[in-house]
Amino acid sequence: MATETPMISMQHVDKTLGGRKVLDDMSIDVARGEALVIVGGSGVGKSVTLKHIIGLMQPDRGRIVIDGQDIAELRTVELNNFRRKFGMSFQEGALFDSMSVFENIAFPLRRHTKYTEQQIRERVDECLDLVHLPGVSSKRPSELSGGMRRRVGFARAISLKPEILLFDEPTTGLDPVISDVIAELIVEMDRTLNTTTVTITHDMKVAFKIADRVAMLYKGRIVEEGTPEVFQQSTNPIVQQFIEGRAEGPLTE
Amino acid sequence: MNLLERIGRVFLRLFEETGLWFGMLARTFLWTFRPPFEGGEWLRQMVRVGVDSIPVVFLTTMFTGMVMALQTYIGFHRVHAENFVGSVVALAMLRELSPVLVGLMVTGRVGSSMAAEIGTMRVTEQLDALQALATDPVQYLFVPRVIAGIVMLPLLTILGDALGVGGGYLVGVKLMGANPVVYQNNTYQFLHMNDVWSGLIKSAFFGLILTLTGCVRGYYTRGGAEGVGRATTAAVVSASLIILFTDFFLTKLLF
Repeated sequence: MATETPMISMQHVDKTLGGRKVLDDMSIDVARGEALVIVGGSGVGKSVTLKHIIGLMQPDRGRIVIDGQDIAELRTVELNNFRRKFGMSFQEGALFDSMSVFENIAFPLRRHTKYTEQQIRERVDECLDLVHLPGVSSKRPSELSGGMRRRVGFARAISLKPEILLFDEPTTGLDPVISDVIAELIVEMDRTLNTTTVTITHDMKVAFKIADRVAMLYKGRIVEEGTPEVFQQSTNPIVQQFIEGRAEGPLTE
Repeated sequence: MNLLERIGRVFLRLFEETGLWFGMLARTFLWTFRPPFEGGEWLRQMVRVGVDSIPVVFLTTMFTGMVMALQTYIGFHRVHAENFVGSVVALAMLRELSPVLVGLMVTGRVGSSMAAEIGTMRVTEQLDALQALATDPVQYLFVPRVIAGIVMLPLLTILGDALGVGGGYLVGVKLMGANPVVYQNNTYQFLHMNDVWSGLIKSAFFGLILTLTGCVRGYYTRGGAEGVGRATTAAVVSASLIILFTDFFLTKLLF
């Protein structure tokens, strides 16, 4: 075990949504600077896990400690400010469609920094360069392709220089080539920005590319975790079925 | 399910939603006084609620004033009380019709669109994104809209007052051939300042109700495009009903 305190620590978290137990005694730690990928089928609580980490959902039981701070102890306003540590990218980008790309990325800067208009423009350009998407700042989100929307979402997530980056299904609905481009981009961002990242996905290729460590979520808890190499060799039938994408096995029983 | 159970369920839901509504009212109130203040957003919403509603308010209140004059003239003619047409139209418009009609029309125009807008933001995760960007949706979305409602509805009501009384005058004098000077005198004869104020106070409440209901319905939207549709309908129906209820109690309270 690492000696320093983990950046993210979920401890025995339970969450019931609509009468169904989505998280069941879920525990996982993420070390500072680590890139964790959580994989699992649809509806096993992957998105719910991310939403707990950033405090969009509160656990019924258990603790979530971020950088030594139990987020349940924060008051509304404190939690709001605490979230500046995070950058989150959503499934379809979740860009504000009433604003241009520029305004989307400038939004957190305008609200949380004292940047001048000039500095904001520079930072927005910097972020768009980081995601390799220069020159789209005047476009509307509706004019962009799925992959571009995802990348603008990344640019918005990193604009405040967060310590933790969360990616919710970053490649879902994209073609294999663009998926790979996005995965490389995540690796690159993780390195250049020196962040702790948590990515959830069901695309194993993407997972192995990004991850320092892969964890598999099944029935509301982590059933297997390890480096990509170890994970791939796992003898756990659930993991094997998922990696191989077979229809028969314990997952579909 | 037996009848009692059903009735119980209806009431439970009613209480639950009332609770949510007042909870959100409290949150909106608290966030109003916390920086950062969204000056630009406040103005934009005021234009949307106020300025953009002028054509609708114009037609609604003017024609209501006209038809009021027409109807009361027909009725009062039978008892030879045509002199009071002006007073009745003015009293009815200022105290009741202008605030309520403006409230209902703006609910249909703006309350619905707020529910649809915020509901769409919910189903496309834009509300989550707001929070992830350390921005409370209540502060960024609710506060400017509710403020716009409270400020702009009284202004629209003043406009409605003038247009309603003006429409009545047109019908009374031009169509029914009343003496212009007598009609005007009758219009003002029984009016108190209190009549104007009570209408304006009511309309400020209606502005709060219709914007907050739109926002709350949108905020709690579930289930994709269909959910947005439901939220929009629910926003208009419940805001209209709440406006009509509160209208009675406020009128009783304000005289």
